[in-house]
Amino acid sequence: MAKDKTTGYEPMTSIEAISAGLGTAGYISTTQISTAVFLAHGLRKPILIEGPAGVGKTDLAASLSKWMNLPLIRLQCYEGLDEGKALYEWKYGKQLLYTQILKEKLSELLGDAKTLNDSLGKLSGFEDLFFSPQFLEARPLLNAMQQKKGSVLLIDEIDKSDEAFEAFLLEVLSDYQVSVPEIGTIKADVPPLVILTSNNVRELGDALKRRCLHLHIGFPDHEREQRIVRARVEGISDTLLNQLVRFVQSVRETDIKKRPSIAETVDWARTLLLLHASTLDEVFVRDTLNVLLKHESDIAAIAPTIPKMVREATGPDARGRLASGYPDMG
Amino acid sequence: MEKQISNFIRALRSADVRVSTGEALDAARTLAMIGYDDRALMKDSLACVLAKSEAEKSIHDRLFDLYFSSAPAAATSASATSESESDSNESPADAAERLSSLTEAGNEAELASAVERAAEAAGLNDIRFSTQVAYFAQSMLKAMGGEALQTRLLEALQGRTPDADAEAQRLIDVRRALTKATRERAERGFDIFGAAETERFRDDVAATKRLSAIEASDMARMKQLVAKVAKKLAVKHSRRRKRTQRGMLDVRRTMRANAGFDGVPFNVVWRQKKKDRPKILVICDVSGSVAAYVRFLLLLLFSMKEAIPDLSAFAFSYRLKCVDDILETHEFDAAIKKILREIGLGSTSYGQAFSDFKMDHENKIDRRTTIIILGDGRSNYGDPRLDLFRDFAGRAKRIIWLNPEGRALWGTGDSVIPRYEPFCAQMSHVATLKDLERAVDEVLTAYD
Repeated sequence: MAKDKTTGYEPMTSIEAISAGLGTAGYISTTQISTAVFLAHGLRKPILIEGPAGVGKTDLAASLSKWMNLPLIRLQCYEGLDEGKALYEWKYGKQLLYTQILKEKLSELLGDAKTLNDSLGKLSGFEDLFFSPQFLEARPLLNAMQQKKGSVLLIDEIDKSDEAFEAFLLEVLSDYQVSVPEIGTIKADVPPLVILTSNNVRELGDALKRRCLHLHIGFPDHEREQRIVRARVEGISDTLLNQLVRFVQSVRETDIKKRPSIAETVDWARTLLLLHASTLDEVFVRDTLNVLLKHESDIAAIAPTIPKMVREATGPDARGRLASGYPDMG
Repeated sequence: MEKQISNFIRALRSADVRVSTGEALDAARTLAMIGYDDRALMKDSLACVLAKSEAEKSIHDRLFDLYFSSAPAAATSASATSESESDSNESPADAAERLSSLTEAGNEAELASAVERAAEAAGLNDIRFSTQVAYFAQSMLKAMGGEALQTRLLEALQGRTPDADAEAQRLIDVRRALTKATRERAERGFDIFGAAETERFRDDVAATKRLSAIEASDMARMKQLVAKVAKKLAVKHSRRRKRTQRGMLDVRRTMRANAGFDGVPFNVVWRQKKKDRPKILVICDVSGSVAAYVRFLLLLLFSMKEAIPDLSAFAFSYRLKCVDDILETHEFDAAIKKILREIGLGSTSYGQAFSDFKMDHENKIDRRTTIIILGDGRSNYGDPRLDLFRDFAGRAKRIIWLNPEGRALWGTGDSVIPRYEPFCAQMSHVATLKDLERAVDEVLTAYD
């Protein structure tokens, strides 16, 4: 595929091209995910991704940046995050240091000025010196606007930030520009591809939601999960892969506090591989269940049913039944 | 097609999905980008642009399937057959022929498109209530030329010859087929545009109905409503708990933050005022008259765990008991039943309940606690223990009393409400879910 001259990556011509492109970066996409990316690119709108932890929300941004060969700029949100940390800040220390160093030069410069007015006139020529881009510390948002070839801007866990910050994001997200009072407006040459993620800690404001495309990523179905694990864990045998994904899928069906996500499946697959397990058996499962489940009570709840679940996961005819039994949750 | 989209957006809006003008424009741009050919792609894309939460997405998907289920056939053949439509010069015989040809096998697409145009002519998009379905079906039939068919049918019936009888039978079949088609379309129109409106109307009715009069058949609706109200309140009150107080310098933190700049205050730190976290104690009278209210108040409060991290519930009729365990370990309905069975016996005694509370749980009251008491204040002429009540009022942030009895009855018979009233920050009459919502909202507002 021809590379786009201005952006330097394969153009997003179709949904299939995006799925394939994300595939080269190791991300197994679904039609919905690829559609969202396609629209985000075409409409120049941010994507707001919601879904349980560990289903690949953040990873989508990372994979996009890898595939498109654009820098990934990440802004992790937390309570109390403000403009100074998200947008830009003046390098106070450097400004201070420079005034100290330049103090003597200053008196030389002002030496021949006789009156206060003369000195002021001379100084006013230099007033922009300390409030110039040179002293501007670009934080993630400004940094993303300044990238010449565009970038992938990941605003992670936006629901953890304050409401005021959300309101402040609106300018950045709708016009892709940033106002610095001392310098002016800095507008992105190539708008970044913006991805916001949320774990639904709190409900986001309507204004923000309206500016974004909405994408919900849920737990994957059997087939997609297998493909993801195969892409992430090298050297895993087909038998083990199939069995372990089936086991995880049935764990998700049970009523537990924290259902395992893809991240946990991948970790578990790596663990089993390290232990040289060739097939799933009860002892392995019991010993390594803490990789999959993160709450003591969940482990206790699953423990009695392990033999049955392992039997089902390793049973010969289960595959067809499971494949049809789980609708695509993505 | 643009009209189709704008109608679809109207349908979404009437189903409570808030679509702004900007989003509608985005939808149009999206369709310009992806085209109309791929139905699945269209659905995914529009869902992405128009629906902004999981709930909205499921509404969108349902409506999309309903709305676009017949549209493609209609859209493609609409231009082909439209010229013969609504021709005022058309004779009844021609019109009847045209209609009967529509119902013949193999003409399904044309029939669908004719019905679709009739729906538009009859203004089906304005349908609001299920009772209107018959009316709209009639208007659609009329718009398709049903009157001409009727005239022909009457003529044939008067003919009294075997030929005319056969003709009449044929026309009756045609009319039946057309009625069926228009009726189905009108019902679908109601599902798309009216169903949500009707639901909302029913919700409104339920929310303002006396809680004690809610019937078992309405329970499921009430539960959903309570969940909705709880979510609304939780969103409103789960805002950040810190607020910067501009203008009050935090000297200690400012100096520390600027130590690197030789103490020159470049970064100024303002004092922050921390908001209290809501802490609520609910004391419920569970005698029969109040049981329905208790149920909904507890349901409301417990669905708001997110906004109220610190919540304890106590129930009494004669002796008071903490019911947190029961509520946490049982399904809600079972829990309420168990509480009523275990505690809801014996004659009510507020005095005994307050002294039990003092004995076992007094340490749970601190200056952040709001005590909500739900009861009618009828204490069977026992000692109301005002001394204890005053003590509670002094130690808690506030006491709020919710009374299911109307104000006119306060103080009559064995009601001791007026004697408790001076110690309560608020004493109000709650009869409906709306009242409960307002009361809980007020309690939480005290913490903002």
